[in-house]
Amino acid sequence: MTTAADDLILGLIRIVDLPGLTAAAGQPLAAEDIEAVVREADRFAREAIAPGWQTADRAGARLENGLVRAPEHYLPLYGQWVEGGWQGLAAPEAHGGQGLPHALWSAVLELCSAADMSFTLCPLLTAGAVELLAHHATPDQAERWLPELVAGRWTGTMCLTEPQAGSDLSRLRARAEPAPDGSWRLFGQKIFISWGEHDLTENTLHLVLARLPGAEAGSRGISLFAAPRLLPDGRRNAVSCGGLEHKMGIHGSPTCIMLFDGAEAELIGAPHRGLQAMFAMMNAARLAVGVQGVGQGARALAMAETFAATREQGGKTIDQYPDVARMLAEMRATTLAGRLLALEAAASLDRARLLKSPEAEARLALLTPIVKAWCTDRGVEAASLGVQVHGGMGFCEDAGAAQILRDARIAPIYEGTNGIQALDLVTRKLPRDGGALLRTLLAEAVLVAPAIGQAAATVEQAIPAMLGAGGPVGASRFLDACGWVLGAAMVARAAAADPAHAATRDIFLRRLLPRAIAAAEEAMAG
Amino acid sequence: MKLLVPVKRVVDYNVKVRVKSDGSGVETANVKMSMNPFDEIAVEEAVRLKEKGIATEIIAVSIGPAACAEQIRTALAMGADRGILVEQDGVVEPLTVAKLLKAIIAKESPGLVIMGKQAIDDDMNATGQMLAALMGWSQGTFASKLTIEGDRATVIREIDGGLETVSLSLPAIITADLRLNEPRYASLPNIMKARKKPIETLKPADLGVDPTPRLTVLKVEEPPKRQAGRKVASVAELVDKLRNEAKVI
Repeated sequence: MTTAADDLILGLIRIVDLPGLTAAAGQPLAAEDIEAVVREADRFAREAIAPGWQTADRAGARLENGLVRAPEHYLPLYGQWVEGGWQGLAAPEAHGGQGLPHALWSAVLELCSAADMSFTLCPLLTAGAVELLAHHATPDQAERWLPELVAGRWTGTMCLTEPQAGSDLSRLRARAEPAPDGSWRLFGQKIFISWGEHDLTENTLHLVLARLPGAEAGSRGISLFAAPRLLPDGRRNAVSCGGLEHKMGIHGSPTCIMLFDGAEAELIGAPHRGLQAMFAMMNAARLAVGVQGVGQGARALAMAETFAATREQGGKTIDQYPDVARMLAEMRATTLAGRLLALEAAASLDRARLLKSPEAEARLALLTPIVKAWCTDRGVEAASLGVQVHGGMGFCEDAGAAQILRDARIAPIYEGTNGIQALDLVTRKLPRDGGALLRTLLAEAVLVAPAIGQAAATVEQAIPAMLGAGGPVGASRFLDACGWVLGAAMVARAAAADPAHAATRDIFLRRLLPRAIAAAEEAMAG
Repeated sequence: MKLLVPVKRVVDYNVKVRVKSDGSGVETANVKMSMNPFDEIAVEEAVRLKEKGIATEIIAVSIGPAACAEQIRTALAMGADRGILVEQDGVVEPLTVAKLLKAIIAKESPGLVIMGKQAIDDDMNATGQMLAALMGWSQGTFASKLTIEGDRATVIREIDGGLETVSLSLPAIITADLRLNEPRYASLPNIMKARKKPIETLKPADLGVDPTPRLTVLKVEEPPKRQAGRKVASVAELVDKLRNEAKVI
């Protein structure tokens, strides 16, 4: 049986061909180096991050006298994370990062998310902030903030949501007022701010969407600001945590209500162009959430496999019963498919950037909503199957299977609900070329494994309906169908690269792929 | 002071070891290999000595197939400065390793050799002692604490009855026990830097050593499977079975 790290290494080297991609870009990364990085990240995730996972869930983040305390062991653990230099993996070398490919970061993120999703969410958000600032900050801003964020000495947040503005950001009310020194003062309330306030680092940089005075209503009047928790002179900025949410899962991650009461802030990028700047990093952030889904599926699988191989009933271990074996096989197949699909998308991001390939850019745009939604839905399903494999013990918190299900459940919701992802696919991405690129991907899938033919044809048949009035109704099922077909192709490619995955491929094609047909037909049914 | 740290490529400690079907040895094909955990402790100790300013350079040496470069890279990522790979396929016995290390010591003149007390594959626990004998150097084996002051090393050793403290003159051989330290995780920047650190590749002949094994392995077999326990009805039956079946009394 291969481990998650084994599969990631196979995927990076043999399937998305990161050595070839980086060599073509003139920044060669050898297969041994990829393996060395993934192995050490795996070791760090398993030995340092994972052990405190349940403790963090039970202790949760606490709000005391306006200050948020993360679970106790997160402080030394975060210190190890910073010391390990992992935060800077894909960050620009000019700002202290390693400048390594996004696909490699994606692999590290999966391993760490599997170990503890709550903890890893903090570095994930900081990486998003780095991504955004690297593209939109002025050189002066970049010099002041990026080295701190890239090293992990500061963390970053994304302050978008407000009580009346969730999926619809055009309803934002937070406002910025000019200050005499040319900077801005932010007023308003933001909710659902992950790691908005905490005690892991001395400073946090909040990236905040707000309106300038006189800005037009709707999404065109939104600007982006940066407001540090501590100001350069050491004063606390006028931004505070007004409360923590009591959530279903990811208890170790503080989900904050953030109050901006005249917080000193700087404008990032051009006025009224805040949403565009945010969207620039949205692809990376959405891929990262898809990767969280894969990570939760992988953790659920690993725990269920161990349990089923040791739990005896009726004179044999339960993994020898066909129905338990079926559940484990499904978890294995969807996790592998999601893992490789996420790597494929991340490698498209690298190809788009490193080789300036518009074709790769288009693939990334198309794959992003599929990875985000399909992988997080599969993560929840795998987590639920994981509980099922554990039986009654899975329903009890001690086994840990229940925590995976609770933690995994946020991933289909945040960073754009999966319904929003489906609309993005059907009403934004497909019409760009009338479905041409998707047809290409479907044809590629059939080339990898002819057995995908019927499923691919059914999905293709649904494209015209999706481009028409039926799109918004069928979008989610259509996205799901695309995910099953593209996932099947990834698993087939894995089996071609390593026969160890042949059984998983056969099970995927035989048992799971018909779901693509059902989903595509449901999408067309209107 | 230069430090020499030999690191051995062994079957990873998480892998369930299997004997080859022909009984000639342990299966290593398609098995995850790692640095011997005791050697990892030795590397960590060397890196700490360098961080304290006591050591100036750390040389990681591995002896075995070309793939041992991986273990040298791991040591380089932890903080060693350069590597030496002595390429030799097949069995390399402790005495051969000790002779090869002696030849490397002659080239490099380290002030201290730190190595694992034993490798987890064959558990020989021999190379360090043999090397000390060949060199005529002091040895501090099973070290759980190492302090260097001037030209002397103080070593606290883990022995059967407890702890023993010895004072050695340098140069010396130290073999690391489990509690000497807790090895660090390699940082990402150091993993990337390790790519650029040099590894010199040699053959045993370059060092004037004949690597031919002196021992012949007749057979390798798995330990006998543990038998299931049995309940006995009376003390008399127990005594009878101990005397006549188990033959222990």
